[in-house]
This record gives sequence, C-alpha cells and structure tokens, in this order.
Amino acid sequence: MSEERQIQLEVLRYNPETDSQPRYQTYTVPCVNEWVVLDALNYVKENLDPTLSYRWSCHMAVCGSCGYMINGEPKLGCKAFIHEYGDHIRVEPLANFPIERDLVTVVEDFIAKLASVKPYLIPKEDKPISAGEFRQTPAELKKYKQYTLCINCMLCYAACPQYGLVPEFLGPAAISMAHRYNQDSRDGGRDQRQEVVATDEGVWECSFVGACSEVCPKHVDPAGALQQVKVASTIDWYKEHLMPWVKK
Amino acid sequence: MEIIKTDVAIVGAGGAGLRAAIALAEADPKLRIALISKVYPMRSHTCAAEGGAAGVIKSDDSLDLHFNDTVGGGDWLCDQNAVEYFINEAPNELMQLEHWGCPWSREPDGSVAVRPFGGMKIKRTWFAADKSGFHILHTLFQTSLKYPSIQRFDEYYAIDLLVDDGRCQGLTALEIRSGEMRQFQAGAVIIAAGGAGKMFPFTTNGAIKTGDGMALAYRAGVPLKDMEFVQYHPTGLPNNGILLTEGCRGEGGILVNKHGRRYLQDYGMGPETPVGQPVLKTMELGPRDRLSQSFWHEQRKGNTVSTPWGECVLLDMRHLGEKKINERLPLVRDLCISYLNMDPVKEPIPIRPVVHYCMGGIHTDIKAATPVPGLFAAGECACVSINGANRLGSNSLTELLVFGRRAALSAIEHLQSSPSASNDPALSAQARASEDRIRALFDQSAGTETVAGLRKEMMHTMEENAGIYRTGEELQRACEKIAELRGRYANLALTDKSKVFNTDLMQALELGSMLDCAETVAVGARDRTESRGAHQRLDFTARDDQNFLKHTLAYHHPKEPPRIEYLDVVITKSQPGVRDYSGAKK
Repeated sequence: MSEERQIQLEVLRYNPETDSQPRYQTYTVPCVNEWVVLDALNYVKENLDPTLSYRWSCHMAVCGSCGYMINGEPKLGCKAFIHEYGDHIRVEPLANFPIERDLVTVVEDFIAKLASVKPYLIPKEDKPISAGEFRQTPAELKKYKQYTLCINCMLCYAACPQYGLVPEFLGPAAISMAHRYNQDSRDGGRDQRQEVVATDEGVWECSFVGACSEVCPKHVDPAGALQQVKVASTIDWYKEHLMPWVKK
Repeated sequence: MEIIKTDVAIVGAGGAGLRAAIALAEADPKLRIALISKVYPMRSHTCAAEGGAAGVIKSDDSLDLHFNDTVGGGDWLCDQNAVEYFINEAPNELMQLEHWGCPWSREPDGSVAVRPFGGMKIKRTWFAADKSGFHILHTLFQTSLKYPSIQRFDEYYAIDLLVDDGRCQGLTALEIRSGEMRQFQAGAVIIAAGGAGKMFPFTTNGAIKTGDGMALAYRAGVPLKDMEFVQYHPTGLPNNGILLTEGCRGEGGILVNKHGRRYLQDYGMGPETPVGQPVLKTMELGPRDRLSQSFWHEQRKGNTVSTPWGECVLLDMRHLGEKKINERLPLVRDLCISYLNMDPVKEPIPIRPVVHYCMGGIHTDIKAATPVPGLFAAGECACVSINGANRLGSNSLTELLVFGRRAALSAIEHLQSSPSASNDPALSAQARASEDRIRALFDQSAGTETVAGLRKEMMHTMEENAGIYRTGEELQRACEKIAELRGRYANLALTDKSKVFNTDLMQALELGSMLDCAETVAVGARDRTESRGAHQRLDFTARDDQNFLKHTLAYHHPKEPPRIEYLDVVITKSQPGVRDYSGAKK
C-alpha cells in the first residue's frame, strides 16, 4: 500500500520573462504508490525546484484548481493516481488555454463565458424571504441536480475539439450551467439565457464529439445538457416559425 | 504604483466575502465594491464544507434550543449576545440562499430537509447532499455575477492594510499574474479570508488556508482572539486528512475501536444507542472536541487499529445501505473509494481526528467591527465570537452568511458616518513602504533559510506540542520554537526571482502569515491554564471559570512574542454549566 517507486515527471516549463517558447523539464520523484500526480508536483516544489508554478488547493477534487494535461489527457492533478501510470508521466497545462507560466493558464475567457449565460436564478415569481421557500420536490431537484455539480475545472474545454478550433464557442460548462438554471423549477429566465445560448457561438457550434462528458471528473455530462438544449431550441424555432399560434 | 479607488474593499471571496459583496451591491447599487482574492472565488475553501448549515426552520425546533446547543457546545466561551444575533438571523440567510437557487435537499412535500448533526438537540442542519459548502459557494459566486458594481480582483494577494488618521483606508495587494503592487484606497475594508489550518501538517484544510487575513489584521494592530482553540474534526481519512462529514454520523454511522466496541460510551456519551438509530446529542452525535479527545484516550489504551497511515478507529456505515449512502453521502463514498480504495457500503473506514477549524480569529464585536474603525471581518478568519471553545458542526456555513452580511451593513454605516477625505500622500507613503518590504524579501540573496524547510519545522512543532492534549512544558517549547522560526524567517531566500505568477514568493508570504498565527496559538494555549472545549491541558484538567471565563487577546509585536490581554465573555442568559452529551440524562 505504501510501497515506493521512482517516476520520471516531465513537466512543461514556460516563464514569459525568460523563455521564448515552452520547454520540458524532467524530475526524478520517489512516489508512494497511493499518491496522485499533484503529490508528485508538490514533492518537486518542496524538494527539488521551488520555481515550478501550478495552481492547487483542496486536494479532494472539489475546488477545481488543479486541471492539467496528464499524458495528454485533461485530468485533475489530485485525482490522477500514480499507480494508474507507468514510470514516466508528462504534465502540461490545460490545452486550449494560453499559458501564463508553467502549468498555470489564463482562464479569463472561461470565466467571462460562464458569466455571460446568466448563471443565477431568475425567479418565475417574486416572493419575499418571509414567505418561506419555493417548494421543490425531490423529483424536481433531480431534474437539474447533476448540472449543479460542475466545479469549473475547465477539463471539458481542454478536451473540446470545437473550442480549440473556434475560441468564440461558449463551451460545455457554460452551456450546461445555463441548462442547470433552465431546468430548475424555481426559474423563469430561460428566454434571457437563450439569447446567448441558442446562437451560432452557443449550442449550435457543438459538433457532439462528447469528449467533454468523458473527461468530466464530476459526471456532470455536459454533452447530454448540450443535446437537450439543442432539442429544446429546435422546438422553440418550430413553434416560432411554423406554429406561431402555439405559445413557447 | 497604480491606485484603485473604491468604497469597500473585501479581502477574500469565499462564502463570507461573496455574501458581503452581494449585501453591499443590494444595499446601494452606486457603491464601488472591490472583491480581492488570492484565488478565483470558486476555489475558496468554503467549497470543501460538506455537512450543512444550521438554522431553525422546523416547527419542533426553537431559537432557544439552537442558542443552548451553541453556547453549551462552545463550553460557555461564546459571547451570548453574538449567538443570539446569529441564531435569529440564521433562518433568513438560509432561506435567502434558497431564493438564490441553492439546491438544498428536500422533503417529499418540497420543503427544505434538515439532518441531525453532532451536539445539536434537534435536527436543524440544512444540507445539499454532502456538498453543502460547495453549493453555497457556487450559488453565491453565480449570484454575485448579477451585480456589475462588484468588481473582482481575482488572484491578488493582500499585503498590508493602510491605516491612517486612526482608521483603515485601504490596503496594498500584489497582482499575482504580473507581480505588480496595487494600492486600493477604500472607505472601509472587510477581511473574509478564511482560517489557518495549514499551520498543522495533518488537516482537512486546503493549501490556501494560511491565515493571511488574520495576519493582515494582526500586523495592523488588531488583536487575534482565542487562537488557542483549534478544532480537530474526529473523522478524517488517515492518509491525507480528507474530511468525512459529520453527516456520516448524523445519518447513522457508528465509531468502533479495534475490539468492535462503540467506545464513546466509555467517555460520558453513552449509553450505547441502537445501530442505525442515532440519538441526538448522544454517542456519535456528541460534539467534535469530545469525540476527538476520546480517540486520543483510545490510542493511549491501545484500542486503536494500526494502519499503514498510523493509528485509527473505524467509521462503520455499512448498515445505512447503498441507496442511502448514494443519496445522502455520495461525496463521502467517492472520496473513500478514490483516496483509500475502500467502499463504505462494504467495509468500515479507518479514520482519525484531523485539524479542521480555527475557533479564534480577528477580534470583532457583534457588528463584525474590529477595534480599528473602518476595518471589519467575517467568517473563519474572524472571532465574533459565536463558536467559543468548540464550534458546533454546521454553524460555520451559517456564520459566513450572517456575519458576511453584517460586515457589509456595518461597512455602509461606517461610510455614512466617517469623513471621506483621505490624506493621499500619507497612504501612498505607507503603500510604498509595503512595496519595499516585499521587494526586500524578493531581492534578499544572502539568506540561507527555505520556505519548505521553515514550514516543515513549524508544522512539526504545532503537531507535537499544540495538538488535542497539551502540557505547559510542550507549549513553552512551541512558543520558543515558533519565536525562533519567526527570527529565522528574516533570513529567508527565494529561489524564484521572476515576477509572473511567482508561487515561491506567495508561499513565503503565506508562511509569514502562518508563523504569526501559530505563535498566537502557542502563547494563548500556554497561558490558558485550564481545560475548556478544544483546549485540553493535561496539567490543568478542569475548566476554570473563576480565572478563564475570558477571551484571550493577542497583540502583535514585530520582534517579540505577542502581548496577551483578556476580555470577559458576554453572558446574557446562560450561566456556565455542565456539558451533557449523555442520552441517559434528560
């Protein structure tokens, strides 16, 4: 359980002040088998090279800080177990994002996209706090619960071929967050969100490769959300254009 | 140096900081709000809270019961006027979150569900499965996006408060991406920057919990209060300290030693209750301090289970069944399987107590105001104090909301009542001094100490000498060692000399914060010659209300150990009594 093994940890390094382009640096790390890749990075930081930069915090897959490409796949560093890899592990910053330094990426684009879909409750009806809670049955909760589990780790953006090609694409996490509120029985804001989501840069940009759902560490299934939004948006279109007498 | 003018600057964008920002934006859309955090808001450690948030909502509950549980749970070190305010506001705040879309777990009729928690006489913990803190944080963050007046400064590390003319008027902060210093001029500052659990090696706390906000206020002359009270959560995974929520026991999980005995009955929390039928305030639903202390005794008696990660007891949840575990404790199951390769549906999980929460913090009154006008604090970094000597599980998430909002209201009152003119040259001079201090640390090349080396010594010192049970001798050793480390800190050399995202520098600054906090823990604990709540002395085993029904106030000194003063606890209606967690007595 606690046996040790040496791995070669190959890490992408880039310092914009001194490097004209990224390079790789390999560290020899004695690992306990139950470690995760983040533990190996922390070993390097503490014992071998204090200049290595990367984000991390909770070490329990809930804060979403430590997404990296690990052997080419987007993973959380705190949930990528050493024992699942061979003796050579390559760690790079998340794909499809500009590199700020080493494993740290520039994430403003994602944050702006998340904000653009109005990811907050737009209540159907005004109700003072004193009137108590909006009733919501367990079945109604279940309808959107899965989409609330997104930790904003951005692995789905790193996996999405379309986001790589068309940076304007809203992307999986932002669209599933819109879907999360649209599906909430307390919410009445879908029309407002559709203005952003049902556009060329929104849901119609998705080519349904499904990579987002495969890499999601929280099983949010953004691809499923995207498909549901597409279907609902199509129905909207038909209702509007072919059956104008039917209310949306 | 760029100057950013704002009305209120908030340091920290977790639960308390976001709640304060929203309260400010709602109160007056014209207010300029600067929300400054060393991480993006959703990375804040509020996200790791699992169990839930306490607030009276059900008809079988009452505010008095919540009051009594909190004050007794805190071993009568709580300020009772603060507790009264807290429990009165709690239900509204939790309801407000419901109206903002928080996915609280529900009863079949659609009302909000509550679950039992340790030390609570009635079920009153609102929960969102076992990801309550995560959902609270994301609900607040997402709701904050509605307000254009909340201007975020993500990944800015606060360096020094600017205090002139006897009032706090802003702060300096380092933009981590560029390494550039900024001066924030603000009519009021709210610190909501979390706890300092990382001064210990074995903790549920994330890497960012380094006491920066506490140290920020402390260095500016605000005392840190009751820092010797550090909570151990009784159920952490033994290999990495990951938290398994108290909800595990609330839902009916039991604790057994290596003989299979439910040992809590041997420590005044019996009689044994039927498996799977938890009785409130009894056995596994005793308070955290008592449970963690029982573990210590079991280990001494040789009743613990030896594992590759040290001595443990077992948390057995098998009788709850797969369906209930998946519905109520999905994260717990995932964490056990992922990090221990053990499934709580099929086997008991080895656990041990782990450092979890700082009851102490920045001294504030019940309006979240510190003694420095214009400076307010809320959340784990603050000590109001509602948690006393031992916080009850599920009070801290509620505390973020109640006092985050209260700090915002107090900041507005301050803006309205104080002169708005500032002495800009004086502030700029302070800001330059702050920048020089960081530059000196940055440029120092002759130093021989390393961040990792000093940090390791600090953690080791705290674990060995300031843990669950303490002695005067060990605490004295801790005081001397931390003082020594503070001295050696001046001889620190950074390896990383670049400006862009320099985490070597960040960690050096965080280490400085932790050393400041650690010293207040050690000195406060050494001088408190009694046992109360989470502070247990082997050489002074009884509670001493004669001499220590008092808060410890630690005042900073740049070179010397902190100066300690005491402040009487506020008692309104509950006189100190016996903490009773035995189901036998009614």
